[in-house]
Amino acid sequence: MATARIEVMLCTGTGCVAGGAFRLKEVLEAELAKHGLREEVSVIPTGCNGFCGQGPLMVAMPEKIFYGWLKPESIPYLVEEHLLKGRPVKKLMFTPPEKKEPIPLLSEIPFFKKQRLLVLRNKGIIDPERIDDYIARDGYTALEKVLTSMHPEEIIEEIIASGLRGRGGAGFPTGIKWKVCRNEQKTPKYIICNCDEGDPGAFMDRSVFESDPHSVIEGQTIAAYAIGASHGYIYVRTEYPLAIKRMQLAIQQAREYGLLGENILDSGFSFNLEIREGSGAFVCGEETSLIHSIEGKSPEPRQRPPFPAQVGIWGCPTVINNVETLATVPVIINRGAEWFSKIGTATSKGTKIFSLVGKINNTGLIEVPMGITLREIIYEIGGGIPNNRKFKAVQTGGPSGGCIPASLMDLPIDYESLTQAGSMMGSGGMIVMDEDTCMVDVAKFFLQFTNDESCGKCTTCREGSEALLEVLTRITNGEGREGDIEFLEELGQAIKDASMCGLGTTLPNPVLSTIRYFRDEYEAHLTYKRCPAKACKNLMAFWIDPALCQACLICKRECPAESIYGEKNIIHVIDQTKCTKCGTCFDVCPPRFNAIKKISGEPIPVVERGIPVERKKKAPVPV
Amino acid sequence: MPRMTIEELRAKRETVRKGIYLREGEFTCRITIHMGTCGIAAGARAIVSTFLDELEKSRRKDIMVTTSGCAGLCSKEPMATIELGDHPPVKYIELTPEKTRKIFAEHVLGGNAVPAFALGIGSEKGG
Repeated sequence: MATARIEVMLCTGTGCVAGGAFRLKEVLEAELAKHGLREEVSVIPTGCNGFCGQGPLMVAMPEKIFYGWLKPESIPYLVEEHLLKGRPVKKLMFTPPEKKEPIPLLSEIPFFKKQRLLVLRNKGIIDPERIDDYIARDGYTALEKVLTSMHPEEIIEEIIASGLRGRGGAGFPTGIKWKVCRNEQKTPKYIICNCDEGDPGAFMDRSVFESDPHSVIEGQTIAAYAIGASHGYIYVRTEYPLAIKRMQLAIQQAREYGLLGENILDSGFSFNLEIREGSGAFVCGEETSLIHSIEGKSPEPRQRPPFPAQVGIWGCPTVINNVETLATVPVIINRGAEWFSKIGTATSKGTKIFSLVGKINNTGLIEVPMGITLREIIYEIGGGIPNNRKFKAVQTGGPSGGCIPASLMDLPIDYESLTQAGSMMGSGGMIVMDEDTCMVDVAKFFLQFTNDESCGKCTTCREGSEALLEVLTRITNGEGREGDIEFLEELGQAIKDASMCGLGTTLPNPVLSTIRYFRDEYEAHLTYKRCPAKACKNLMAFWIDPALCQACLICKRECPAESIYGEKNIIHVIDQTKCTKCGTCFDVCPPRFNAIKKISGEPIPVVERGIPVERKKKAPVPV
Repeated sequence: MPRMTIEELRAKRETVRKGIYLREGEFTCRITIHMGTCGIAAGARAIVSTFLDELEKSRRKDIMVTTSGCAGLCSKEPMATIELGDHPPVKYIELTPEKTRKIFAEHVLGGNAVPAFALGIGSEKGG
């Protein structure tokens, strides 16, 4: 095949696939064929690029020009202009909100600029379905190195020295875990990769599988060699079909190349790896539940100790590491513990992947050094809050984590600082909230999730989450009672103290942290029946400001409850007895009128029906 | 592909590394073929193919072949601009595959511009 002059790196992560990336690929290839460019321009499907908010997207190499929000209709023009004639297409490039000029180059876009890629080093650069692409990017050099020049104990010492800690959430030092397992007498030993990613809004692990599956296989094989395991499992939730498909393919390719299986690279070391699909119960992310799930038992956690590193799957010593942890291992082996431990803070080394979602301009997947501040993440990488709203809080650590308020924006992020702030690192979900988010409602949302997902083994978790949820629901309905806040605090602490696994001990965090930082919002709900964010439906209403309404009829037409009275030139009025508070009118009222208002905690102004609109006469056009 | 030894894996890596150079390569030379409608009509496509052929034969991985719009001198198409290292860019005019091969050998690989085919040295100032 002749040399290509352009490679189009087309994102085929789950997000972009949902947006039609495979359809784009077909159109792109057809257009290239039409212009006779199939030889000169290659289309390379990649894993998640990270800038999911711009998807479906592509990057044109070698110039690294970034195109987002692509549609099949825009492809013919793009092919003719850029790929044939070499004129990059401005209108398909990324333009930051409120800016006029697009930023052509990926490396210049602020979302990418501040990131530091170790785990995601190959994202968007390799085709995850081709092992050769991974090998070309120094893939499997770390495995080569350990098999030819490192004793298992040396590897463990290296990982301990690097300061790598578990990326699944708890932050246990990875090297220590390996050491405990290696020192166990009993054999065989096992290594499990935990890809049971369950936090709402988190998709780091899935993206690593989809964009660079071999980095996980390589890390897990090194871990197996270090602890003395010859068999491993990858536990992944069945809701991740694309991740599973790519991982299956990667395992098969690694086997064919002799990088998995018997006598790896003719070194005498053998390691077999198989995928086990879980059906997506949140509690299976907890290691003892995960083991039970693979063993075919009911996925309930058990008391620790003994820890899985001592007594794990099939009663044998087992190390369970998160996807991201394992994908970091080859980097540490290649570049050394000393280099790695220079990145990050005193207690948290290296980088962390976060999925940045919620009320933020640039949603997507980011990898940043530990110790970065929330301000940098939200304003520089995330591009700030949409629609000029104010940043209020960010939920880290998913339903087990807590809300960190805007006042702690300059907090350097690491395991300890987040725990001190009442949250946790968790697996790395970051849900950004603006001033329109009610913190009591947020706590209720997460409690609904954990209450559903509690396995029911511990009474405090099973019944405690139910009781918390009941009180929170009452408060958001405007039926809160005096003493509710104190009750939530006391019960929350009791659940933390008396539950066995990570689910129970962390589920009160969203409640406790929102009370800690937003107690006034709880009090407003209780005492004044007012929702300061105007989000709780039972405590708020919509009304139309007669001074602003231009009687355009749009809200009247769109209202699904037919609750708006109004005619042409007659000011519209919402019938509060019919209104379901769906918010449609609020969304459709043209921004230049901005006549629909939310109100909470005060009487709804009464507006008579039949008032004509007073229209200002247009100023005469000067001649 | 049979199961590999470490030596075979290393050899494999050297081979496949060439396949991804566009994505991570450092480029010392940039060849731009002007592909406005005028350029394409005058035969610029054949010039692109010739450059790519020569590039393939040279096995060099630090040369970028790219295209851009009309250079503004439609009567002299097909045209190409060579930017090599710190040297000022050179614009070549009225290219044919034969001229292209000579330019590739002498200028891109050899470092010496071919004045006979060149319009001039340097580019117009922008802005």
